[in-house]
Amino acid sequence: MQKVIESFGVGKKFGATQALNDISFEVNESEIFGFIGPDGAGKTTLFRIIATLLLPNEGEMKVLGLDATTGFKELRSNIGYMPGRFSLYQDLSVEENLNFYATVFGTTVQENYDLISDIYSHIEPFKKRLAGKLSGGMKQKLALSCALIHKPRLLVLDEPTTGVDAVSRSEFWSMLAKLRKYNITIIVSTPYMDEAMKCDRVALIQNGRILSIDTPQKIREGFSKRLYRIRAQDKYKLIIALRKYPNTNTAYPFGDSIHVTFIDNAPGDSLPGFLESEGIPGVTIEESGAGIEDRFLELMEKTA
Amino acid sequence: MNDIVISVRNLVKKFGDFVANDNLSFEVYSGEIFGFLGANGAGKTTALRILSGLSSPTSGEVMVAGYDAKKEPEKIKKNIGYMCQKFSLYEDLTVKENTMLYGGIYGMSLPLIKKRTAELMEKLNFSDYENKLISDLPLGMKQKLAFSVAVLHEPKIVFLDEPTGGVDPVTRRQFWEMIYEAASRGITVFVTTHYMDEAEYCDRISIMSDGKIVALDTPANLKKQYNAETVEEVFIKIARPDSPPSPLKGG
Repeated sequence: MQKVIESFGVGKKFGATQALNDISFEVNESEIFGFIGPDGAGKTTLFRIIATLLLPNEGEMKVLGLDATTGFKELRSNIGYMPGRFSLYQDLSVEENLNFYATVFGTTVQENYDLISDIYSHIEPFKKRLAGKLSGGMKQKLALSCALIHKPRLLVLDEPTTGVDAVSRSEFWSMLAKLRKYNITIIVSTPYMDEAMKCDRVALIQNGRILSIDTPQKIREGFSKRLYRIRAQDKYKLIIALRKYPNTNTAYPFGDSIHVTFIDNAPGDSLPGFLESEGIPGVTIEESGAGIEDRFLELMEKTA
Repeated sequence: MNDIVISVRNLVKKFGDFVANDNLSFEVYSGEIFGFLGANGAGKTTALRILSGLSSPTSGEVMVAGYDAKKEPEKIKKNIGYMCQKFSLYEDLTVKENTMLYGGIYGMSLPLIKKRTAELMEKLNFSDYENKLISDLPLGMKQKLAFSVAVLHEPKIVFLDEPTGGVDPVTRRQFWEMIYEAASRGITVFVTTHYMDEAEYCDRISIMSDGKIVALDTPANLKKQYNAETVEEVFIKIARPDSPPSPLKGG
């Protein structure tokens, strides 16, 4: 299978800041590949290098078999790039934006309409409206339509779901899944760990370094300890008490429970009594599988 | 249950013919972490502006921190704190200048501002950063500081708008611990967010759709009721509009 992206030891510095450090990964054809990490991890810098908009200081970035630093002319007509900040023309209408992007890439909306019809149909009723007057979810659909209109082989989506409500986010991910049948490879970045599960493979990224690359399932299975969810009415008191318990390894708040690992890998018989003596009644303890975010936390501890 | 700090009865807010808030009624208790959810354009921002004294209801009764939102919005403003992830602090002022500025705006005395700032620097381990510009701080530190500044005057209620978006998982957890700690001191924490995993941290959540509150309960009860694994699933089941989507700006 042809590799759509091959990155070897890519590094990027801005002044004294090392934004990317020894970034190596490969993306396969037709894959949905996610970069999951917080703001400032280096996702946008990496995506700009892939989209031929920034040059790396070190290493080699090959995209669609071409070197991103020298092959940019050819690459740009084969990449669809959706930057994190809404970058369409706010004072052009929906339809005008789409026509503009099609024309810039030497094609027409009609020619590739089947590719975008599923996405564009949501906003077509408002095609006369100025892009600046659309809601977040609508802007996102228009931006995706514009990034797709020249039928790129690689789609580069930088935080497409940031600031968009849960309904639009879920619609967006199902649209990406439907693009598989057109053989388009997709790389997508997000700070939201739960979105990792929608990707075929993901790279966890933090402080300019890749922490782990694998399928979401394998990343979860990489969690090295047994994980317990502990619940009580007063979560704050529960965390403080758990941190006092001698056998506790880590205790982190996770939604309505506290995720806890133990030095002995099990809570031990004395835990319920201990919590009771700390004034925390009605505690429930259950073993649970680790999520992407649990694994991310564990990897962060190891590199700290 | 604890004292009621927000009481909303039959709140209606109209803009011309458009009903942005359609007969909302709910209560929030002291020390509660309350999640206020809804899709873009559901009417969250409108309600939030009324609760924080920035806008007046068309009809209905809204009491916040003991004051009437229609008659005493200025008193409400003094008794609440507000933080949003991106714009809470002045980037070109130092850490200390920001605490001075916000303390001053909320009418705190200079000695009190100084005392609280010193306590805060110690609690957050920020002593080396006191005279640094906000723009030079990492995101995680900014966020913790923004929250601390929002509660510097010990308000009865603090409004948080998407508080933990974009931060790393460790910082995020430290941040929620700060929220838990504030709630345990009796401060009510009112969270609006798009991110349903933030909602999972709340004691109770409400979900708005088309100007109405369509669900209000603990995350656990809502998951049970809608037979869903996550709050996100509950939200999508409730908020997915059957009618054609509105292109209007909102959120």
